[in-house]
Amino acid sequence: MKATVNIFLKDGVLDSQGKAVHHGLDSLGFAESVADVRVGRQIVLKLKSTTKEEAEKEVTKMCESLLANTVIEDYSIEITE
Amino acid sequence: MSKKVAIVQFPGTNCELDTKYAFEKLGCKTEIVWHQDTAIGSDVDLVVIPGGFSYGDYLRSGAIARFSPVMNAVKEYADSGRDVLGICNGFQVLVESHLLPGAMKRNDNLHFISKHHNLKVENSDNKFLSKMDNDEVVNIPIAHAEGNYYIDDAGLQELKENNQILLTYCDENGEVSNPNGSVESIAGICNKQKNVFGLMPHPERAVDSILGSEDGIKMLEGFL
Repeated sequence: MKATVNIFLKDGVLDSQGKAVHHGLDSLGFAESVADVRVGRQIVLKLKSTTKEEAEKEVTKMCESLLANTVIEDYSIEITE
Repeated sequence: MSKKVAIVQFPGTNCELDTKYAFEKLGCKTEIVWHQDTAIGSDVDLVVIPGGFSYGDYLRSGAIARFSPVMNAVKEYADSGRDVLGICNGFQVLVESHLLPGAMKRNDNLHFISKHHNLKVENSDNKFLSKMDNDEVVNIPIAHAEGNYYIDDAGLQELKENNQILLTYCDENGEVSNPNGSVESIAGICNKQKNVFGLMPHPERAVDSILGSEDGIKMLEGFL
């Protein structure tokens, strides 16, 4: 079982890295095509869980306690076989 | 009797000796407490979590340090109403540990900022800043990449109502000058009970005129 966790700053919390990358893309000539950029973090876990439900429950706990700082960050979890 | 200060050291902490030097200069006894220790001595009057890069700042600054054995002891110590001070990375550890509200983000300009900065005392009705006056301006070095303090509007309101904002970044006249994007230019806060204190600037680096400022002495003396 594999879990892919994507962590991004919450909407409304200024994403300085995303803004800087956006500026970089603008100056490279992509100003016309890029509307917004957000930079986050991806964590990939190989799990010993046997069911999807169990995996999702465990990873949610991991996100809440360590992987994300829920004061400023949102996370999404994708579980695959 | 001289006070005893326990200074917590994680792998990657690098300001423990500066902190020890500063408190010894003020006449305190000090001891360095290793991250695997599980207890804070009953004779300790103040626990300091110093600056540095605990656990390489992996994941987020302070995020891994929170799970060190010693942090359980620090939490118990704080919960019993005794004083804890977090400087720079120590402040980051305290917010990650939820001993202080809010969170730290990368500086708005994404740079590691290392320079002397002026700070304004917002509230001196607490032990840490008890030797200072409200609106007093001091000059203390800052050195951080993630000092962009964030708290939501409700949290900010609460900080204000309880006089928990300790210090804000300013210029030499006390006007707001925000180096890192912190909400309301906040440089330091305390908890509601006013026994857990955190600030990004380094008072321990401003205790000798040869270092460019002695303003840190007035701050640290509050605990004596």
